[in-house]
Amino acid sequence: MSSPEDNAPVLLRGIAALLAAALGVAIAGALTALPPSSGLRDAVTGQMPASGVAHPVTAVLLNFRGYDTLLEVAVLLLALIATWSLRLARPPAGRDRPGLVLQALVRLLVPLFIVLAGYLLWLGAHAPGGAFQAGALLAGAGVLLTLAEGRPLGPLAPAALRGLAVLGVAVFLAVALLALGGGRLLEYPRGQAGLLILLIEAASTVSIGLALAYLFRGDEPVPPERRP
Amino acid sequence: MSPLLTYGIAGAGLIAIGLYALIVRRHLLRKIIALNVIGNGVFLTLVAAAPRLGAPDPVPHAMVLTGIVVAVSATAFALALAVRVRDATGAAALPPPDGDGASGPGH
Amino acid sequence: MPLLAELPLLPWTVTLPLGGAALSFVLRARAPAVGLAAGVATAAVGLLLALQVATAGLQRHAVGGWGAPLGIDLAADGLSALMVAMTSVVGLWVSLYAGAYFGAGNQDGEHQRAYFWPLWLLLWTALNALFLAADSFNAYVTLELLGLSAVALVALAATPAALGGAMRYLLVGLLGSLLYLLGVGLLYALAGTVDFRLLAAAPLAGPATAVALGVITAGLVLKTALFPFHFWLPPAHASAPAPVSAVLSALVVKASFYLLLRFWFWVLPEAATPVTLNLLGLLGALAVLWGGLRALTAERLKLLVAYSTVAQLGYLFLVFPLALGEADGFTAWGGMTLLLLAHATAKAGMFLSAGAILKGAAHDGVSGIDGAAQAMPVTTFAFALAGVSLIGLPPTGGFAGKWLLLNAALATGQWGWAAVLLAGSLLAAAYTVRVLTHAFTRLPGEPPACVVPGRLEWTAVALAVTALALGLAAGEVLELLRVGAPVVGPVLLEQAR
Repeated sequence: MSSPEDNAPVLLRGIAALLAAALGVAIAGALTALPPSSGLRDAVTGQMPASGVAHPVTAVLLNFRGYDTLLEVAVLLLALIATWSLRLARPPAGRDRPGLVLQALVRLLVPLFIVLAGYLLWLGAHAPGGAFQAGALLAGAGVLLTLAEGRPLGPLAPAALRGLAVLGVAVFLAVALLALGGGRLLEYPRGQAGLLILLIEAASTVSIGLALAYLFRGDEPVPPERRP
Repeated sequence: MSPLLTYGIAGAGLIAIGLYALIVRRHLLRKIIALNVIGNGVFLTLVAAAPRLGAPDPVPHAMVLTGIVVAVSATAFALALAVRVRDATGAAALPPPDGDGASGPGH
Repeated sequence: MPLLAELPLLPWTVTLPLGGAALSFVLRARAPAVGLAAGVATAAVGLLLALQVATAGLQRHAVGGWGAPLGIDLAADGLSALMVAMTSVVGLWVSLYAGAYFGAGNQDGEHQRAYFWPLWLLLWTALNALFLAADSFNAYVTLELLGLSAVALVALAATPAALGGAMRYLLVGLLGSLLYLLGVGLLYALAGTVDFRLLAAAPLAGPATAVALGVITAGLVLKTALFPFHFWLPPAHASAPAPVSAVLSALVVKASFYLLLRFWFWVLPEAATPVTLNLLGLLGALAVLWGGLRALTAERLKLLVAYSTVAQLGYLFLVFPLALGEADGFTAWGGMTLLLLAHATAKAGMFLSAGAILKGAAHDGVSGIDGAAQAMPVTTFAFALAGVSLIGLPPTGGFAGKWLLLNAALATGQWGWAAVLLAGSLLAAAYTVRVLTHAFTRLPGEPPACVVPGRLEWTAVALAVTALALGLAAGEVLELLRVGAPVVGPVLLEQAR
């Protein structure tokens, strides 16, 4: 397997350098010409009491601009589906038993990560945190487990795995559509916003952690009877 | 020069470096890393360009968080696709476009 | 119909295919049935939406109840309603085709079938969400959803050519989206909003605005495969499975062009200078000529059709010099839209029929379709009819679109664009005749029995006939287009100006 030559023709390099430099200069110039303003900060602050959470970024992500977050969770699900559709080969099996250091790390860190993930999830309501951060931690635990055992979760049926993967989108969509019954899409009923946001974030944490952990491995899960 | 402007110009620099590498480098992994560098440059520029009076504006921060998740998803898939391309063609580079001798950048 | 005006169709257009995608992914064994059901439902809602806009005017839905600029809005005017309707019609026929195209039997086919439906429905979600987005950052997220699902669908073919084409498409697409995001971020810093309507009303001027618009245009032009950034399109569209090629050429490339229209015609029309407008038109003209020439000499059938897409997309860019800033720009605006819609249906029909023919052929070169007129007359008819619309012969939609653009060019004295339109038609005629000549070649002996499922044939015909119907119904289409249009004027201009 050869490594491709890195030598692009000189003409291409010249054009690329010119383009890149022009773009960089243009952006830098635009940045110096920006007038100072406060954007939507005041609008956000004004509506914070009605948002159901105490942290402005969480309020924007899960309430004011929650529709963006719904699509974003869908993008992550899409990445998982797309990667599985590629049918990557099974990663080569490592040593028969994971090394001592790895075993000890897994025993120590995985429970810690799970607890921390739960904490970050709950923390998102009043400080930086929330579903994505918690999901990323869970994924870290999943990566450790993959290195040690070959897969993040136990021998789960692929259908159950897929169900957990869509849980985030499914719960988000369900809440959004239920709100549509009485008002607009994703319009949380008065007073319920905090609870619904926590529900959506909890489901999303599971899906995000699972998706990222399985993206680390990359290959499609096969049913137990077809495993070698 | 205000601190925010410094970050913004750093972001512009990242975008320029990433664009150069994306066009010029042949290896798929380098191209994917170049895209990530561009992405980080864009996010940095977004946050630095965000309104600059008093307390920070949460909306660009939320946008960048969304952008990061999207970038992670895209990178994960791009890496998987690169592995498949290497397995199928033997080299981790873009095969020449079929039947089109005059291809553009990213050759 | 007062009841129709009350229905919250805007959110359903997006949530139905998204739910369908999740469901068809989980229920892997029943994916085709679930996927098709979701597709039919989504198409129905999309067409209802077009009817709603035609009868009740502009539609707007404030997601979350907040409303711009704090929240995200969904909005539908004439153009977006037509885009959604186009997606619904093409999506419906492609879904029916795909159900029969991905055969059962072997493990490869089962894999492709299981993954096609969630990916396709996610792509449909992205399209609908993009066409109805009233928020430019929301449009970015939909663009990414669209791009990733499109690449994954190309890679589903699993051949080295498809994988290479998919990788190139992905890299170019991601660069385009990042440039777009950069521009949106700069506009937010300038105007304090990302909502299209509010951006249009904001006082945007100066070098920063120019940079923002430039970067947005660069990103979207990359994704729309405008010459000279078209290099990624032929490999990707030609090597994808047939239903995917149809969707890519008909719908996906139009999405980024649609966003380009939003920025140039609604948000920043004052930023348009004759130099930039003519540059866009010139690149479009070069696309028409270059794409047509490459199609004439292409060795593979699907590559020919893919280059035809490059050429046809070039026509759309003529709307910039012909409509923007003109007092009576509606003629060119209407011509561009009709051409866009007609191309979508005709090109999809062309790819579907090419796919059906190639399924029974020995190889995928242009000569692989020798004898197709004998063996598969219905499919050959579909291809021919689609070709007629692409050439622009009456009474198809392609003719109506080109006629309006020609009228606008001649009435404003811009003879160059008129020449380009005519040259492009000649080239289209040449490559269509080239394909048909092969199809009508009589093979010695008995024609081989047609082994292709019937559904593949008549869905292609349905799409080609829709291109014809567009020409006949052009008046109604233009009426719907007037809702919220950024330019005014009569349908046809007086010659002497």
